[in-house]
Amino acid sequence: MILKLKYFGMIAEAVGKENEEFECANSSVEELNIALKNKYAKLASMNYKIAVNQSFVEPTTLLKDNDEIALLPPFAGG
Amino acid sequence: MSEKKIKNVFVEGPITPEKIANSIAHHQVKTNIGAHDIFLGQVRADEIDGKLVAAIDYSAYDEMANKVFDEIRESAFEKYDLTCAHIYHSKGIVKAGELCLFVFTSSKHRAMAFDACRYITEEIKAKAPVFGKEIFEDETHQWKVNK
Repeated sequence: MILKLKYFGMIAEAVGKENEEFECANSSVEELNIALKNKYAKLASMNYKIAVNQSFVEPTTLLKDNDEIALLPPFAGG
Repeated sequence: MSEKKIKNVFVEGPITPEKIANSIAHHQVKTNIGAHDIFLGQVRADEIDGKLVAAIDYSAYDEMANKVFDEIRESAFEKYDLTCAHIYHSKGIVKAGELCLFVFTSSKHRAMAFDACRYITEEIKAKAPVFGKEIFEDETHQWKVNK
């Protein structure tokens, strides 16, 4: 399946891009996170939350083809 | 089922004092209002390791942020007896001394306006996926994190 990944703030800076398509076998949010940490070593030491289709879900939630996944660093609004 | 249209709270660049004045003026026709409260966030020229913050470059996960702002606003209406509530947040460059957040609550009496304004502001700080790059005078930067 193909996932639409979005990176923001210091995460986008660390991975060197704001979005990409990511192909992977069926996986959960936490499994995707491990795959991303393998792809981008800098993520291991970073603090971020993962949103699936613009909502926060349990780490065990299974992802679907075409899901929009966002890696969100600490918020700084206001 | 029709989806509710979600308002865009983002303003490109700083929020101007004129926008705030106009917003107040627009509420003078609503004569059931007896109290307004306003929170304004301003970019601080913090000194970090001997360097001054010259500006913050705001970015956001727009679609999610607008949903979150809408949920915060809706929950404020559920918790407090409000007549109106408005939120505006900057995107892009906001220089030190300029305004980046405008929260405007209106009610019959002051207590609700005060409480709701604080509630909305705290919720924005905690929940809105907005990111800030603090740009120093020498053009280096660091990423701001809300305390």
